Amino acid sequence: MSLLEVRGLTTAFRTERGEINAVEDITFDIDEGEILGIVGESGSGKSVTALTIMGLLPQPPARVAAGSVRFRGETLTGMSEPRLERIRGSGISMVFQEPMTSLNPVFTIGEQIMETVRAHEKATPRELRDRAVEMLDKVGIPSAAKRLGDYPHQLSGGQRQRVMLAIALACRPKLLIADEPTTALDVTIQAQVLDLLMDLRDEFGMAVMIITHNMGVIAETADRVLVMYAGRIVEQAPVVRLFERPEHPYTRGLLECVPTLEQDTERLAAIPGSLPEPGRRPPGCRFAPRCRWRIDACRTGLPPLVEQEPGHASACIRAAEIAAQIGAA
Amino acid sequence: MAGIALRRLLGALPVLLIVSLITFALLRLIPGDPSSVIGGPSATADQLAQIRRNLGLDEPLPMQLVHWYAGLLQGNLGRSLLMGQGVVEVTFERLPVTLGLSLYALVITLVAGLASGIVAALRQNTWVDQLAMMVAMLGISVPNFFLGLLGIIFFAVKLGWLPTGGYVPFSQDPWEWFRTTTMPAVSLAMLQMGLLARITRSTMLEVLRQDYIRTARAKGLPGRQVVVKHALANALIPITTVIGIIVSLLISGSVVTETLFSIPGMGQLLTQAVLNRDYPMVQGGLLLTTVFLVLVNIMVDICYAFLDPRVRYDGK
Ligand SMILES: Nc1ncnc2c1ncn2[C@@H]1O[C@H](COP(=O)(O)OP(=O)(O)OP(=O)(O)O)[C@@H](O)[C@H]1O
Ligand SMILES: [Mg+2]
Repeated sequence: MSLLEVRGLTTAFRTERGEINAVEDITFDIDEGEILGIVGESGSGKSVTALTIMGLLPQPPARVAAGSVRFRGETLTGMSEPRLERIRGSGISMVFQEPMTSLNPVFTIGEQIMETVRAHEKATPRELRDRAVEMLDKVGIPSAAKRLGDYPHQLSGGQRQRVMLAIALACRPKLLIADEPTTALDVTIQAQVLDLLMDLRDEFGMAVMIITHNMGVIAETADRVLVMYAGRIVEQAPVVRLFERPEHPYTRGLLECVPTLEQDTERLAAIPGSLPEPGRRPPGCRFAPRCRWRIDACRTGLPPLVEQEPGHASACIRAAEIAAQIGAA
Repeated sequence: MAGIALRRLLGALPVLLIVSLITFALLRLIPGDPSSVIGGPSATADQLAQIRRNLGLDEPLPMQLVHWYAGLLQGNLGRSLLMGQGVVEVTFERLPVTLGLSLYALVITLVAGLASGIVAALRQNTWVDQLAMMVAMLGISVPNFFLGLLGIIFFAVKLGWLPTGGYVPFSQDPWEWFRTTTMPAVSLAMLQMGLLARITRSTMLEVLRQDYIRTARAKGLPGRQVVVKHALANALIPITTVIGIIVSLLISGSVVTETLFSIPGMGQLLTQAVLNRDYPMVQGGLLLTTVFLVLVNIMVDICYAFLDPRVRYDGK
C-alpha cells in the first residue's frame, strides 16, 4: 500500500458552458518519503489535482466526478468535512504558490503556527510557543523567538514562504504538497527555498508532491515525475529515465526548453501553439494539434496511458517509435 | 494610538467651525425670529422690538456671531430663549435619551446586520441569502417612520404587546424603558441594519475568496474557526469604517423616530427649538451633538487601527 493512492480521479467544474473536466482520469501513487514532481504548462490541471486531494475545492462549482483518493488506506474523496480537517495540516499539508497573500494579515506569524498545532494536538501554551520557535528556527528565520510577534507585512516574500513551510510542517505531516512554492520568488531566493525544502524533507522523512512549471526544479528535486497536459497525465517515469528517454512528444518539447532553474517553461519556445481550454479540447489526442509527430490516427480516440517498461508510462500511440529514435541518436 | 486621536481631534476643529457657521446662517435665513414666539400673536410692534433688543437681536449679524463665539470660548453656550434653562443643561438632560435610543438601535443593527450578512455570505445564492437580502432591501428602501407606523398598528394596537408611545427613563424603570423603546429602536435600526447586512455580506464574500482563508482550511482548522476567526477578523476592518457612519445616521434618524413615538430626546428638542427660532438652543445643541459624533468617529478610527496591524504600525 502506498502512502497516497490516486485512482481515475476526475474533477469537474460547473461553468456557464456546462460541466467541464479540469482533470481527467488521474492515476498515480506516492510512496512514503518519495518526492513526486508534477510538471506541465499553466492550466494543465496541476493545482486542481492537488486541491482535490486536499479537499479544498469549493463544491459546488467543483465536483469529484469519478475516481478516488486514498491516504494511508483511508478514502479521502467523499469523507466528511470534520474528518478531513483532522487529516489536513497533520497528515497532509500544503504550501501555495502565493506567499504574499497566503498568510492572514491580521494575526502574528507565531499565532498562525501555534493555532495549527492547537488544532491537531493537545499542548500547553508553553509547548505551543516552543514549537513555534522551533519551527521558525528550522525554516531559517533568524532570532526566531523575537519574530513570533511579527505580522506578515513585516516579512519579505521569501520569509513568508518560509513561515508557510513552518506552518505546513509544524505537525510533522506524512505528505507535503508544494504547489509551485518558488514561482513567485526572486531567482536567488527560489534556490534557497528549494534547498530548505529538500533539507526539511531529509530531516522529517516525509513524502513531497512538488508542482512546478520548471524542468530544472524537477531535475534537482524529484524522484519520479508526472507530466500533465490539458487535464491528463501524458507521461510518468523515474526522473533519470524521463530525462534520458522521454517518450511523449510533449515531454520532449518541455525538455528541449533549456532546463535551468532560472528559466521556467511557462512559455514554450519548442512547442508551437498553446494549451487548449477545457471546453475547446480537440477530439483524440489533446496534444495532436501542436505535435510534430502527429499522424491521422492521433485524431481518433484518446491514447491510453500505457506502461512501456515497468515504472515508465506514456500516452502516445507512437511512443515506441519515438523512444527508439532517441535510443538510436 | 494617542497620536491618531490627537491628529483627528485637531482635524475636527474646522468641521465644528463650519457646522456652527452654517447653523448660524441658516437660522437667520429662515423667516421669523424668536420675538414673535415669545411675544405671542397679540404683541405690538413696539413690544416685539423691545424683546429683540433684550435678546440682542437688534445688533448686526457679525456682532451676534462674535458674541456667540466669545461665549463659546468661555464655555458659555447661553440660555434657551423659551425654556429659560442653560443650553448645556438642557442638552445633557435630553442627549442621554437619544443616546439610549440610538445605542439600543445600534445593538440591534450590529447583531442583526452582522449576523444576517455573515449567514447570507456563507449560504450565498440559497434561499437564506435571498431572504436576508430581501429584508435588508426593505429596511433600506422603506422609510423608517412608515415601518414605525406599521409596528405601532401591529404590535401595539392589534396585538397589544407594546405601548403605542410614551417614554419611561431607564433610570426610573429599566423594564418599562425597554418596552417603550423597543419599537422605536427597531424602526430606527432598519435602515442601518439593511445597509450593514449588505456591506457585511459583500465584504465576507470578498474575504472568503482570499488565499489566507484557503491556508486556514489547509491547516485543518475547523470550519467555524475559519469563518469566525480568520474571515471575520479581516472583514471587520472595512465594516468598522461604516459603523462610524451608521452611528451618525442613527442620531440623525432619531429626529423622525422621536417625533413619531413622542420620545423627549435631542431630536424632539431640536425640532421644537427650530420651530420656535430658539437660536441659542439650536446652535448649542447642534454643536454639542456634532462634537459627540466627531468623538464617536475618532473612536472608530482607533478601533480600525487596533483591528488592522498594518495601520497600527504605520501610524507609529
Ligand atoms: N474554479 C474554477 N472554475 C472553472 N474552471 C476552473 C476552476 N479552477 C480551475 N479551473 C480550470 O481547471 C484547469 C486547470 O487549472 P489549474 O489551476 O489546475 O492549472 P495549473 O496546472 O495549476 O496551472 P498553473 O501552472 O497556472 O497554476 C484550468 O483550465 C482552469 O480553467
Ligand atoms: Mg497552479
